[in-house]
Amino acid sequence: MREVAIIGVGMIDWGELWGKSLREIWAEAALAALDDAGIDRVDLITVGCMSPGLFVGQEHLASLLADEIGMAGVASTRVESACASGSLAFRAGFAEVAAGLSDLVLVTGVEKMTDVDGADATYALGTAADQELEGFHGITFPGLYAMMARVHMAHHGTTSRQLAAVAAKNHANGLLNPHAQYHMRVSIDDVLGSTMVADPLHLLDCSPITDGAAAVVLAPLDKAKDHVGNRTVVKVAGSGLATDTIALANREDLARLRAVELAAERAYVMAGRRPSDIHVAEVHDCFTIAEIMATEALGFFEPGEGGPAAERGLTALGDRLPINPSGGLKSKGHPVGATGVAQIAEITLQLLGKAGQRQVEGARVGLTQNMGGSGGSSTVHILEAV
Amino acid sequence: MESPARSWRSYPQRYRLEAAKCSGCGKVLFPPRLTCPNCHGREFTQATLPRDGRVVAPTVIHVPPQGFKEHAPYAIAVVELKNGVRVMVQVADMTDPGELAVGDPVHLEFRRIREDGEAGLIFYGHKAIRD
Repeated sequence: MREVAIIGVGMIDWGELWGKSLREIWAEAALAALDDAGIDRVDLITVGCMSPGLFVGQEHLASLLADEIGMAGVASTRVESACASGSLAFRAGFAEVAAGLSDLVLVTGVEKMTDVDGADATYALGTAADQELEGFHGITFPGLYAMMARVHMAHHGTTSRQLAAVAAKNHANGLLNPHAQYHMRVSIDDVLGSTMVADPLHLLDCSPITDGAAAVVLAPLDKAKDHVGNRTVVKVAGSGLATDTIALANREDLARLRAVELAAERAYVMAGRRPSDIHVAEVHDCFTIAEIMATEALGFFEPGEGGPAAERGLTALGDRLPINPSGGLKSKGHPVGATGVAQIAEITLQLLGKAGQRQVEGARVGLTQNMGGSGGSSTVHILEAV
Repeated sequence: MESPARSWRSYPQRYRLEAAKCSGCGKVLFPPRLTCPNCHGREFTQATLPRDGRVVAPTVIHVPPQGFKEHAPYAIAVVELKNGVRVMVQVADMTDPGELAVGDPVHLEFRRIREDGEAGLIFYGHKAIRD
């Protein structure tokens, strides 16, 4: 298996981009990544996108988008695993380069969510839950995570204040990210005083509806090294993918994210790393409880310690293990298919020392964790500066 | 929107709580499957879910999805039934749905779940009632 490097990063401003279509935001990110890599041709394009059919009435996206940047003819494929679609597109590209099937791969993620109203967007996102066993009974995505939060609280004594601390921290980080959807300070009391969506999750415990895209370019590590000379290159050290039951009713322990645990174990083994080796991480904070549970599943904190760690500030910029320096899904936004690729883009910038005001000093090893639905799928990637 | 065929083929589970008991390991599957996720066995006998159980994971939906606006706020929970099978169901008839707690005893009753507009299908299934 060949070693694989990330040789280009493309991020754009995220938000409610009413003036731009899916193909425009995708092309902006794709071209930015190609320009950053200094190339104008690739062997393969991968597209992570959850539901273009429900959000904009467009399927057959891989071909459409290849053509959009004048690359009709190139191999292109779309990958879907709900909110983990982006990181699965990354993993698919990684596997192609590692296996020697492709040399240059443009990995992209995109979701255009504001061409439908809030009710239709909620419906589209809801299709990531088990329609027969969950959706039929009137559950929502905040509702699924609210159930996990209630169990986590009952098992571990996790508090609403600890959940709110995650939102406050990620919004503080987002203030330092020019691409983030929201540039606003949010206090713990703001979160606790916001509208209740699904008990115990308030509006400000939830990530938003976002239009956005992100892209990176992959190449074999030895060729990347030839390309950049003595400068630092970011390599993909580990990649883990795992699944769990989609239906919460079929899980043994609702206070744990089994897919994250399994994906992490696989990525750590492949990279020869342990949780204590990680300097910075982007994790899937679709809801505040998700970040707490993810930091436990990734081995950063013992089960039950994720909440207290967040409240004590251990995961803030400048502290023990900065989590979501980009602002996370919470502040940067959550265009579902784009999120996983944007996490890779952020960690790549962090390891290259190019993260501006939100730079984690001395970061050499970083991790991303991207989750589908209520934890029915998860990826973990470990990146290293070499 | 759900087609009549999709609704109709769910009647054994939604209306009658029909499950399958694995002949190999005894695990009860709801809904039935072709292979047991526990022992990979493929022989089953028919079973029916018990109606009594306890709340495992509750929440209250304040912002409902399409089709459930008139019900909000409502309690919904993962409930573990007496035979160990877990189901997600609404918990109806709560004066204060926020009172529903982990461990509360409940039983299942046949209820209307929702309607597809004024001329569409009416969906029935089970909801839990706190004992």
